[in-house]
Amino acid sequence: MHEVTILKTELEKLEQHAIRDFPNECCGFLFGTAHQNGKTITSAFAVKNNKEGDQRRRFEIHPLDYIKAEKKALEENLELLGIYHSHPLHPAIPSSHDLKSAQASFSYFITSVNEKTINNTSSWILNQQQEFEEEKIILK
Amino acid sequence: MAKIIIPTPLRKFTNGQAIFTSEATTIKAVLVDLGEQHVSLNPHLLQSDGSIQPFIKIFLGENDINTLKNELTEVNDSSEISIIPAIAGGSN
Repeated sequence: MHEVTILKTELEKLEQHAIRDFPNECCGFLFGTAHQNGKTITSAFAVKNNKEGDQRRRFEIHPLDYIKAEKKALEENLELLGIYHSHPLHPAIPSSHDLKSAQASFSYFITSVNEKTINNTSSWILNQQQEFEEEKIILK
Repeated sequence: MAKIIIPTPLRKFTNGQAIFTSEATTIKAVLVDLGEQHVSLNPHLLQSDGSIQPFIKIFLGENDINTLKNELTEVNDSSEISIIPAIAGGSN
């Protein structure tokens, strides 16, 4: 199983975002460093869910927010390591919609949220067969 | 030269290169130039008929090229081009 390390403060930040935006899905970027033994996420950066329509079941990140994220990574000498979003009242398991737009190499953090309670957060990455594999989250 | 920012998920096809510069004068020509320099990247940018892959967006500065002249949009030395993968999903 792949491993991904995240600062505890950043995991808390994205989980608080999931609670704050309930019943809608929240989303954001994950920045950090990649190294031989895996990757370490040092910053969770919230962005607006830009999905038109039912945001309780869908999220979308605006292209201009994506451009800003890539520029932020270049300017701060970080790497854009992944995306996070929440699944309100649903398990932290990627859906077919998540798979449809998934990008190779990104870690996808998914937080299952039930109003004011976090059920759990998981992380997923595409394998060579273009299927999601779960990553082990290590808190730092 | 026009500058193009390679999105992180596609940098495995550019040996980690994040910025590519080109003397080409249209979006299409810049993409062809990029694809020629990094052949394995090409199918992720262009379809077999030469059109831009539908699952990426191309922005010139803050403008979607679909609101300009699409791939025939002209670029110059101050142009900054971004390749943007779709970032979306949802629970059900």
